[in-house]
Amino acid sequence: MRRTHPLLYLLYLLPLLFLAAFYFYPLLAIFRISFAPEGRWTLTGIAETVQRPLFWQVLWFTTWQAAASAGLTLVAGLPLAYIFARYEFPGKPLLRALTTLPFVMPTVVVATAFTALVGPSGLLNIWLQALFDLPRPPLRLLGTVWIILLAHVFYNVGVVVRLVGSFWAHLNPHLEEAAAVLGADPARRWWTVTFPLLVPSTVAAGLLVFLFCFTSFGVVLILGGLRYATLEVEIYRQAVSLFNLPVAAFLSLVQILLTFAIMALYTRIQRRASLPLEFRPAQGVARAPRQRGEWLLVSGGLVAGLAFLLAPLLALAWRSFTLGDQGFTLQYYRELAVNRYGSAFFVPPMTAVGNSLLVAAGVVVLGLFLGTASAYLLARPRSRLAALLDPVFLLPLGTSAVTLGFGYIVAMGPWRASLWLVPMAHTLIAAPFVVRALLPALRGLDPRLREAAAVLGASPARVWWTVDVPLLRSAAIVAAVFAFTISLGEFGATLLLSRPDFPTMPVVIYRALGQPGLLNYGKALAMSTLLMAVAAAGIVVIERFRLDAVSEL
Amino acid sequence: MRRYTLSLLWLLSLAGLMLGGCQSIPGPPPLAGQQAAEAPAPEEPVTLVLASHDSFNVSQEVIAQFEEMYNVKFQYLGLGDAGEALNKMILSRDAPLADVFFGVDNTFLSRALQADIFLPYESPLLAKIPDEFKLDPEHRLLPVDHGFVNINADRLWFQEQGIPLPQTLEDLIRPEYRGLLVVQNPATSSPGLAFLLTTVGYFGDPGYLDFWRALRENDVLVTDGWSEAYFEHFTVGSGGTGDRPLVVSYTTSPPADVLFATDGRTEPQNVNINPPRGTFHQIEFVGIVKGTQKLELAQAWVDFMLDRTFQEDIPLQMFVYPVNPDAALPELFVQFAEIPQDPVELPPEQIDANRERWIQAWTDVMRE
Repeated sequence: MRRTHPLLYLLYLLPLLFLAAFYFYPLLAIFRISFAPEGRWTLTGIAETVQRPLFWQVLWFTTWQAAASAGLTLVAGLPLAYIFARYEFPGKPLLRALTTLPFVMPTVVVATAFTALVGPSGLLNIWLQALFDLPRPPLRLLGTVWIILLAHVFYNVGVVVRLVGSFWAHLNPHLEEAAAVLGADPARRWWTVTFPLLVPSTVAAGLLVFLFCFTSFGVVLILGGLRYATLEVEIYRQAVSLFNLPVAAFLSLVQILLTFAIMALYTRIQRRASLPLEFRPAQGVARAPRQRGEWLLVSGGLVAGLAFLLAPLLALAWRSFTLGDQGFTLQYYRELAVNRYGSAFFVPPMTAVGNSLLVAAGVVVLGLFLGTASAYLLARPRSRLAALLDPVFLLPLGTSAVTLGFGYIVAMGPWRASLWLVPMAHTLIAAPFVVRALLPALRGLDPRLREAAAVLGASPARVWWTVDVPLLRSAAIVAAVFAFTISLGEFGATLLLSRPDFPTMPVVIYRALGQPGLLNYGKALAMSTLLMAVAAAGIVVIERFRLDAVSEL
Repeated sequence: MRRYTLSLLWLLSLAGLMLGGCQSIPGPPPLAGQQAAEAPAPEEPVTLVLASHDSFNVSQEVIAQFEEMYNVKFQYLGLGDAGEALNKMILSRDAPLADVFFGVDNTFLSRALQADIFLPYESPLLAKIPDEFKLDPEHRLLPVDHGFVNINADRLWFQEQGIPLPQTLEDLIRPEYRGLLVVQNPATSSPGLAFLLTTVGYFGDPGYLDFWRALRENDVLVTDGWSEAYFEHFTVGSGGTGDRPLVVSYTTSPPADVLFATDGRTEPQNVNINPPRGTFHQIEFVGIVKGTQKLELAQAWVDFMLDRTFQEDIPLQMFVYPVNPDAALPELFVQFAEIPQDPVELPPEQIDANRERWIQAWTDVMRE
């Protein structure tokens, strides 16, 4: 084994420095102020908190709803991932882009869409009532745990489809074919061949979903009503409405430690489950459905999956054209460009779109850069450091935004109000997705390929360029899509200060929702629809790089 | 392993791309404290930073006027909702985020004053402002605007159904108003808290809990925030798809129904229901932040906020009333945003001391 190049250590250091500066430092600062306000450490209030049954209820609910959401998301997402990985059909890139779309939408908007669809006077209830002549709306989901789980699945199915799907698309179908030749039936082939190979990416996707739901805030508050509280909701209550910083900090610490414990467990599974694999170009793996059964499976799966994902979004877009009682209208889109009462903080819509795209582009580049460096560091075999760092890189996803936002206020000095903090904070959330997207592919990379290239006389640079890059490209595109969508949809009000001179699309949506009047509501709906369109266009553009990747092979 | 060398090059080029791509994002603004040290030349405008909640709004021309008068650049920082914003100001007391903070209301007044983060300032304009608004005798927090949380009703809906509009809080629990009202969660919403406080002041403690039990039995709908209640469930705000003709909102919401109408209507579809002692008076304050290096400018800004130009700008930008009686109200406010004569009375100290207990008891009752 040759020695690691010293410059590489520098490269590995960058993501760690980033985490230290934008995660650990502000977090420690707010913990110090919370636990030791006068310079002496006190733990008053914490013993009381632990003794209250509410604490344990919240802890239990937070964990089980996240686990249930992740499980359901896998159940809903794996069949779709399979269809996208194994079959070719018209419109595939656009349809795949659409599965990621829910990820972009701000919670308030998604909640609106859900209420419009399954609320007491929502479309589904109205249809069902008309269809079966029922006196009362049959679906009573608002304020129940079911709508929380449903919304979590809606938000995160794209994660499973993308992460698992991209890995699956490159698995060599010969393995399954060999098993078939040896007489294994489809069920046996799935359990003994395909599923074990998919475990690393499935677990990675399930885990990201778990973390996202573990810190769920808006969905639980808006759709779940009064009955349900996650740790994040309780942290917000303690930090903002009670201003009880010690308890808020303690709860954040519990949240972080739980995240770390679960991540550490996962890391062990992940390392054991990863095998060097023989990847195939996706084109050689996927094919058009042949028999009628396959056509039925593909079209049925796509229709069901996309109906679930798109119905709320389409309902929302539809409203942006039909709100009020004047039939189809574009007035809400026109209103976006009107500064009706001369506000100093008015934003022309294209400025908001431009700002959002600028930040998102920065996050894609920075996220890919830091995420790739982290993934290479984590993929080093038999490294104890890597085993320890693996869960650490995921921590920002499992950390309270309120707490971190307060940390920024305390720790960031002159940078607190800087616009540079915006892409940095988005990258903090996006980088874990990049790492998770790249790691399974990177760990599955067969070292013999690199060795063979080296033996044939390729320089290290050429080895990397001809072996690593093509094989990682598909995963990197998935990673870029996530970084892009996360940044585009991030409102970040709790995490960051908002500067009216640099508003993004979500900021425009929230400002419009803050004032009464139909035009304001319509404006928010129009901007949300525009956000969806921009996100879909951006994803399709990023996906174009995938085609190049295939042609190179 | 030298094979990683190119990956390094690739990543560095990405970094270069990133730096190039982001260059159009301006750097950090100079902080309040740093600027005074630089002793700017008299022609160079200094920056006055105002921090507030995300709902702060003002006209372009009003800001331009202030900037011109004092040769200053005005900057506004949004710090989240009202509670978050105040907490962030308290947390940053050692290195203030801004020179002036606007947006403490009477429900947060005690917390703000206890934190001791504002400088007293006896603005000459205070003389014009009625005493009922001046809740801090030391003038660390000066009143700027005020509003009333009340119940908005869909005028047309009640006409069509032939049901009279409710007149009192007790009416809301009568069977003919079953399933008609949508309110907000007081733990997460400012009007929601105001309405809870209204019931505490009106029915007393613990009598308010009986009222809420009855309201729950009468199928009241609770949402997380004002936007969901008003835009999704209120029949007027949702443009017809909602199914609740009564909503907890503000006395200034009806004018907005005309100002932001799509059909050129001249009379709002929602009307104010201001039951006797059944509305909550919210007063919003401004304060000069301790540690500002631009005291005189900050004082000038506070004066400017209390003076007629800014005060007359308040209704259409923030949908609340000015506190300065010299300020003329827009015609629509005079017509459709009548000021309630007897809002409920609840002193800020009592609110601060009991808020959490009241919210918790309310939550328990509503979950039962």
